[in-house]
Amino acid sequence: MQFTFSDEQEEFRLIVRRFMDDKSPTTEIRKLMDTDDGYDKAVWKQLSEELGLPGIHIPEEYGGQGFGFIELCIVLEEMGRALLCAPYFSATALAATAIIEAGTEEQKLALLPDIASGQTLATLAFTDTTGNWEVGSTEVTAEPVGNDSQASDSQANSFQLKGTKSFVVDGHIADLLVVAARTPGTTGAYGLSLFTLPGSGNGIKRRLLKSLDPTRKLACIEFDNAPATLLGELNGAGATLPHILNLAAVALASESIGGAQKMLESSLDYAQLRMQFGRLIGSFQAIKHKCADMFLEVELARSAAYYAAAAAAEQTADFPAVASLSKACASDTYMKAAQECIQIHGGIGFTWENDTHLYFKRAKSSEVFLGDPNYHRDQLVLRWEN
Amino acid sequence: MTDTNTVTSSEQEIRSEVRTWLEQNWDPDSTLLAWRNKLIDSGWGVPAWPKDWHGRGLTIGLGDAVDDELRQAGAVSVAKTGVRMLAAATILEHGTDMHKEKFLRQLLTGEDTWCQLFSEPGSGSDLAGLTTRADFDGENWIFNGQKVWTTSAHHAQYGMLLARSNWDVPKHQGMTYFLIDMEQPGVEVRPLRQMNGHASFNEIFFTDAKVAPEFMVNKEGVGWKVAMTTLAHERRLADGIRSWGRGDKGNGRVYEEQKAEIATVMEPYKWYPQRAGRVDLLIERAKATGKFDDPTVRQAIGKVLIMAKAAEWTGRRVKAAHALGRPPGAEGSLGKLAGSQVARLAAQAHTLIAGADAMLTNDDGAMDGLISEILISVPAESIAGGTDEIQRNIISERGLGMPKEPRTDVDRPFRDVPRNTVG
Repeated sequence: MQFTFSDEQEEFRLIVRRFMDDKSPTTEIRKLMDTDDGYDKAVWKQLSEELGLPGIHIPEEYGGQGFGFIELCIVLEEMGRALLCAPYFSATALAATAIIEAGTEEQKLALLPDIASGQTLATLAFTDTTGNWEVGSTEVTAEPVGNDSQASDSQANSFQLKGTKSFVVDGHIADLLVVAARTPGTTGAYGLSLFTLPGSGNGIKRRLLKSLDPTRKLACIEFDNAPATLLGELNGAGATLPHILNLAAVALASESIGGAQKMLESSLDYAQLRMQFGRLIGSFQAIKHKCADMFLEVELARSAAYYAAAAAAEQTADFPAVASLSKACASDTYMKAAQECIQIHGGIGFTWENDTHLYFKRAKSSEVFLGDPNYHRDQLVLRWEN
Repeated sequence: MTDTNTVTSSEQEIRSEVRTWLEQNWDPDSTLLAWRNKLIDSGWGVPAWPKDWHGRGLTIGLGDAVDDELRQAGAVSVAKTGVRMLAAATILEHGTDMHKEKFLRQLLTGEDTWCQLFSEPGSGSDLAGLTTRADFDGENWIFNGQKVWTTSAHHAQYGMLLARSNWDVPKHQGMTYFLIDMEQPGVEVRPLRQMNGHASFNEIFFTDAKVAPEFMVNKEGVGWKVAMTTLAHERRLADGIRSWGRGDKGNGRVYEEQKAEIATVMEPYKWYPQRAGRVDLLIERAKATGKFDDPTVRQAIGKVLIMAKAAEWTGRRVKAAHALGRPPGAEGSLGKLAGSQVARLAAQAHTLIAGADAMLTNDDGAMDGLISEILISVPAESIAGGTDEIQRNIISERGLGMPKEPRTDVDRPFRDVPRNTVG
């Protein structure tokens, strides 16, 4: 098991960090979060063309960079630290991962290169309006189209989706949707499949939701007999989707670590700047001990996220358990760090002008996205092999 | 990554040299004392010590390789853990040749046991505030005062004693370090009973106890600096206890004698695993009691597992970075603080699992009292070896570079510093 990054990985992190520092100052974040698209096309083009980030973990034969899950997590940690506004988590961590894990060879060849190049924005829609993150919970249905024995292969893969997905990250701008839906009449994980369809296709109504975290755009998508293509095997998502979501949970944990680290640094900076009672507030144990605890929690959550990323890359048997461990740990840590950062800032920390709330809101949306800490703690214990 | 295992040629040579020596000399039927004297004479007992003093001047890494060979051969080692090794490290660094001559060998053979006389009832976290008096009467140093939390004192021959010899200088400059003979009329040792019923430590009362001037370590007034050497080795000692407590397995007189020695030394530590929370028992216990079906119990277990595993992985990150020669970050100082939290969370989870049985102890309690021992031992974890609050000071000041709290006790004569009236 890998417990440090290689020199190459450390160097890669620095390159990504420099890019983020340059492209995602808070002035940019504040500008972009007020737009509907929520990202800067020029920056997206640059991070795609110069750094190849959208294809970071996509194999080279499908047009990607051919790095692994660990490198994806490095990118996400840096993006989380810089709170980059871009449709990256949706396209790369969610949609590309789903296609890599579930798609046929032909589908990967057809779909992945454009995601890797940044030309296609994609996302994964798997949660219904109930907001239930359990794999088997979806009620969106997929009816086969032209389902007779004479049908050609492409027709056999043709379906129509009916129902509503919600909490779809960047769902309002995605060119390509990967959707979890079920064969009518089935329940639970059985009968689940993944489908792809163009975001602007027939029978699709998309609505940008008013998200608490304006840097993470969420959409509600209604499917009214929307034509879709089966991704991978029919009724196969009961097997593939849990793993895809475990990978997504680790990706989100990594992103959260970056944000939590930023909250710690911001707290330390302020504590060593702000004077009260004739001395720096950072010289009071009340503040120092808070910072020591934040540091402890951030480092523990970091270790968990790094371990989970390595477990994903090495496909270890404990991966499903540690994926949930890393998500629960990172979510709680980020939320706590953001809260304490506001507390250490005092009144100014509650103002719109201060940047802390941007991270606080990201922490809040990350806390529940993909399942809250209670859900993942439970998954961890149930999955734990003692 | 990166568990690279580079075996240097010199390590190979040393390993084979040790192996050959062991083949010719290791005798499980000899007495423990005879065997250890032989091992000490060979220099393989403490190979990282200087050549003049029972060692071979090897690096710590090569010393570990030698220990590994001993282990593989099933050969019993010198008595190299326990408080005696703190004394050894201190004597090696600050002691005179007479000290080294008189103490080191008997310490390694296990004939002499040592204790550390630092903490006092009036100075716990603030060790430099100690008030045990050292007064020179023209012939001997005379000691009066009280020490506490002293392991092994009831069977120790010698003690490392930190006492105040000058009250008119700032606190850190007025202390002197002595090696004291514990077997004398002015030293009274009483066991100290803890809230969990065990008595792992002692209180020591000095009433005109004596030390001859040649058993002062280093110079008068530099006791604090000498004590820092002792304390620097304390963490390593804690690691050593864990591995040493198991002892060597085999048949023969030497093993029997070692077993008896370990039983004596380990006696004070037998509740330590419970103090750390026994995370290992949680899932098994929850399943055995049917509480595993309770989602609130699973939440409690989940919280412990997350903290415990993340702390373990943090430790491995630190080690891996160290192995690559990368500079240590502040994360190295986090382990103790994490351990306290793991212990508390684990005790909480064990309570939920035990239910009403958590009100019972001994053979009426769950697992014959083991669970209740966890519940009433865990409070030690966040105090012993530096409280959580002191750890947070260390982490925030040394790790995060935050400013120190202004102090009023360091820049004036100790005589004028407000202090406890007890002790």
